[in-house]
Amino acid sequence: MKKLNYGIIIVLGIISFIPLLWVIITSFSPGNQVINGGFPFWVSNPTVENYVKAWETAPFIQYYINTFVIVFGVLIVQLFTITLAAYAFARVNFKGKNVLFILFLLQLMIQPEILLFPNYQVISQLGLVNTKLAVMMPYWASAFGVFLLRQTFKQVPYDLDEASRIDGCKWYQTLWHVYIPSAKPTYIAFALVSVSHHWSNFMWPLIITDSVESRPLTVGLALFAQSYETGAQWGMVAAGTVMVIMPLVVAFFIFQKQFVSSFMHSGIK
Amino acid sequence: MTTKRRKISSGTRHNLFAYGLLFPSFIFLTMFTFYPTLKSIQLSFYSGPMTRLQFSGLDQYKEVFGDEIFRKVILNNIIFMIGTVPTSLFLAMYLAIWLNKKMAGSSLLRTSFFYPTIIPLIAVANIWLFIYTPQYGLLDNFLHLFGAGDTNWLGNPNTVMIVMIVMIIWKDAGFYMIFYLAGLQNLPRDVYEAAEIEGAKPLQMFRHITFPLLMPTTLFVMIVAITNSFKNVDHLYIMTKGGPDNASNLLLYHIYEAAFTNWDLGKAAVLTVILIVIMLGVTAFNYLYLDRKIHY
Repeated sequence: MKKLNYGIIIVLGIISFIPLLWVIITSFSPGNQVINGGFPFWVSNPTVENYVKAWETAPFIQYYINTFVIVFGVLIVQLFTITLAAYAFARVNFKGKNVLFILFLLQLMIQPEILLFPNYQVISQLGLVNTKLAVMMPYWASAFGVFLLRQTFKQVPYDLDEASRIDGCKWYQTLWHVYIPSAKPTYIAFALVSVSHHWSNFMWPLIITDSVESRPLTVGLALFAQSYETGAQWGMVAAGTVMVIMPLVVAFFIFQKQFVSSFMHSGIK
Repeated sequence: MTTKRRKISSGTRHNLFAYGLLFPSFIFLTMFTFYPTLKSIQLSFYSGPMTRLQFSGLDQYKEVFGDEIFRKVILNNIIFMIGTVPTSLFLAMYLAIWLNKKMAGSSLLRTSFFYPTIIPLIAVANIWLFIYTPQYGLLDNFLHLFGAGDTNWLGNPNTVMIVMIVMIIWKDAGFYMIFYLAGLQNLPRDVYEAAEIEGAKPLQMFRHITFPLLMPTTLFVMIVAITNSFKNVDHLYIMTKGGPDNASNLLLYHIYEAAFTNWDLGKAAVLTVILIVIMLGVTAFNYLYLDRKIHY
């Protein structure tokens, strides 16, 4: 019974690993080998030609830069907005707290992803279509981040807060010296989830961007892949795909524990 | 008198202070959640081009609900949900239970199940497009070993949904698995020890202890999975564009088509309102009903 189950799990684990392995191998295969068949997990004469060609055909460097700007542009503003809002919800008593809390909750239910169409109109009213700013803005408020951080802030001992006030700290100094340092693991968890989420985002940047200057990697990859749908160009598309996923995959394998606990953190709280 | 006044003024100060703190978040919530939601509702009652909108009442709703493609898309989304949610939940729980035990290679296996979570769906679509390609694809290559012929998995209305479901299960099961792993870590040891002393069999322990105690995790993951089945449609852009003949089309992708391919704004607004209602229904059920019954 036990052996059977472990057997099943090992087989499933291997199957689960195959797509990544295969795309990496294909990206190093010469163009004709994919079509000619042969054992798909072996390349007798590996080549980096696919990477060179992919790099030359599409402006991947620009796409990388765009993605970096977008991902960190989202994160930095989010860190600012969620810290202030979380502090208010965790430690200040004010009128309308419950109503405002529910309004924040709404963003968890109606996420920006499903508001593709009306948000396009908002951006176009602002005259920001086809800018990196447009890709970032809908995510600058994060109810998810606010809730995550509020839970953490609530656990900070109130005495610590009071002591720093008696010492003459202003609220922002207390926030900076007491709350933010004690919430470091939460910030890391939120940052990892946010970065990997926005690195992967596709539909929104697809509709809101229309130029090399503002397009992120995911959209660039999709357009690149679409121009080479025939099997002969598999190697190039595979190389492009590997280039897009590699930073995430490498970061994941290095900081694996951190990633898993962050994603776990993000759900149960 | 003075103390009362000070109390009031300090209350107002507290209020203003808090509103100030919430203000940055609130601007963006208003611009990209509240306003667009209300705008979609309003727009769903108007028809015509953007510059000459005319009130049309429920006409567009009638049109959408009478539309055969819309019904197909909704049905597809339900099939997609039923296909992905229970299977990935079951798989996630199964994997977590066996990988929770310490054994050689279990962390390697966990990695192998979890890594698809961090790969962008659009990249996943590229990879699986190769896997499903007729004749040369990995799947057909594998099936050739057993003498099977070539199959156009994505081009056939009867198979396209199934192969997409398989792909999504591969992508998401490992993500849900980590929630179960977390849930398992929090289970009380003594209950198991007591059950063991009583001579309970492993399957009994699962049925009467593990499964019920994991219920909060299951419900939480279920809500996430259902939401995902309506929210994640990136793969359609690469793999099928919703085809063949709308056989793989999903609601959010249909909105994308209505708004940005056909420029039918009224219809896009109606569809968006429908999707909002679905999402509100699913998540409100979680936050207002389940959360009250279950404490994490």
